[in-house]
Amino acid sequence: MLNQNLKLNTKLFDADVEKISTRVGFGEGLVMAGDQNKNVVGLCADLNESTQMYLFARKYPERFVQVGVAEQNLVTIASGMAAMGKIPFAASYAVFSPGRNWEQIRTTIAYNDRPVKIVGSHTGVSVGADGGTHQALEDIALMRVLPNMVVLSPCDAIEAKKAIVEAVKINKPVYIRLAREKTPIITTGETPFEIGKSSIFYAPPMTAQVGIIATGPLVYNAIMAAKNFAQKGVPIKVLNISSIRPLDFEAIKNLAKEAGAIVSVEEHQVVGGLGSAIAEVLVQNYPVPMELIGVHDQFGQSGTASELIEYYGMGVLSIEAAIERVIKRK
Amino acid sequence: MLQLTDEKIKWLEEKARDIRISVIEMLVEAGSGHPGGALGMADIFTILYFGILKHDPTNPMWEERDRLVLSNGHICPVYYATLAHAGYFPLEELKTLRKFGSRLQGHPDRRFLPLLETSSGPLGSGLSQAAGMCLADRIDNGKYSYKQFYCIISDAELEEGNIWEAIMLSAKEKLQNLTVIIDRNNIQIEGYTEDIMPLEPLKQKWESFNWHAQTINGHNFKEIVEAVGQAQAVFDRPSVIIANTISGKGVSFMENKYEWHSKLINKEEGEKAIEELKNA
Repeated sequence: MLNQNLKLNTKLFDADVEKISTRVGFGEGLVMAGDQNKNVVGLCADLNESTQMYLFARKYPERFVQVGVAEQNLVTIASGMAAMGKIPFAASYAVFSPGRNWEQIRTTIAYNDRPVKIVGSHTGVSVGADGGTHQALEDIALMRVLPNMVVLSPCDAIEAKKAIVEAVKINKPVYIRLAREKTPIITTGETPFEIGKSSIFYAPPMTAQVGIIATGPLVYNAIMAAKNFAQKGVPIKVLNISSIRPLDFEAIKNLAKEAGAIVSVEEHQVVGGLGSAIAEVLVQNYPVPMELIGVHDQFGQSGTASELIEYYGMGVLSIEAAIERVIKRK
Repeated sequence: MLQLTDEKIKWLEEKARDIRISVIEMLVEAGSGHPGGALGMADIFTILYFGILKHDPTNPMWEERDRLVLSNGHICPVYYATLAHAGYFPLEELKTLRKFGSRLQGHPDRRFLPLLETSSGPLGSGLSQAAGMCLADRIDNGKYSYKQFYCIISDAELEEGNIWEAIMLSAKEKLQNLTVIIDRNNIQIEGYTEDIMPLEPLKQKWESFNWHAQTINGHNFKEIVEAVGQAQAVFDRPSVIIANTISGKGVSFMENKYEWHSKLINKEEGEKAIEELKNA
């Protein structure tokens, strides 16, 4: 049962559920943020169209810097602008930023605690046809290891828009993880969003037997798996984590206490990503059996988004199999 | 522009000598660090903080100050010593360099010393930050903003790709208020720049990237002041000043020896160096 206290999309289970990519949410959110705060500036490394930065660049050309194909420059220019009071959004594909320019982000942004917002688009295997070189599966790990860095991973375009607006309000470096593919709209404009907080999106009216903790557009698959189990009479809750750092420790502990078993779901390497972050919380606070859904020690390849999500074990059936496994381990 | 009388030059020479002595004292006390570049850049730091920069030691975060980004952070002993001699903090504090809890970390660190414009040490990213500052200022104050942005880089740092990205962008954006000073001492950790990775023809490289470029003697106050004046008179492009310097300048047994790029100065060597500086 969708948690309607959160005013989620009531048409989520329709076959023709509306689909918009999180990068489009970013593009629209940045224009909104730019309207609200004149210090917001945009920088892009020759990917205005695909990151959707063009919406901001078109409206505020005097506040936009085209740096060319130069991701190390992208974030260090942004750091300098932040030093003068700007709130820069630096966008590229995540394999390049924060992939190629990690040390520059570490020293000039995280270390200096500059409020630069690093926008990494095209994460996960759902990038599709471009192939493995362009599918970022390591970005959460790269960013959540950095002191001062806030890491946001919105589940849909609406949440992405809110993440942008909220990122402006905190005087901290932020990484925002986006995806290329159009994915189902799960939330609505009225769904609350707060950095550092998570929400139970799906909850049958009984004590849960398993808790799924998911991030990004795969929250949809997590909800579908939970719904299928609900129909079989097995109650499973789904917790949406859009703020990976700071992480909502309380909600994770509470779900582990209630369900006694956890499945994490992310479109990222299981090493270093959300699953690892949750495991770190659980082993120190409330150890329970856990299964990790994500990419296991591999790079991606070309294909359609849905083919690749299935092949790398992140489809609804894979999540259901993980639920079965974790129940047996309880 | 600053008028350099003979009297003023003499005063600056004495100030630079005192700063060099502080650098030696700090490095002997610390037991590690980078003497070569620090001594070589003492004259440039002296004239910057005692003649060129618009700054206020009693109000380090003064919004209207010129910005100076030290990209090659490893020469920070001369930076710290100059700041102390200029009145930013007590000279006594210089002895805490590289020690636990000190504001004077082994490489410049804003977490401990927030008056620094940035933390640096990893090479190649200071120019982008200075360019970003300049861009932000232009958004707020327009093309004819009177604020100046300086970035000090080392020569070997030009082996980093990031810096060429910044060179291209600064020229594209015609950042006329941006001046780069290169510490052209020809040495780096493992040898001479032209053996490790040749940089020449250096001036032509910058010119072909649409920068205004000058080559000067980095130990001559008059040349430095004139070059900065020239740089600020150029209105359609950023400027670079290639300052030929002698690493280890002022201490004969260190001069031009790449071995002194980052070598411990023991007590006897320190005493010998200070003696030589005092008697010069």
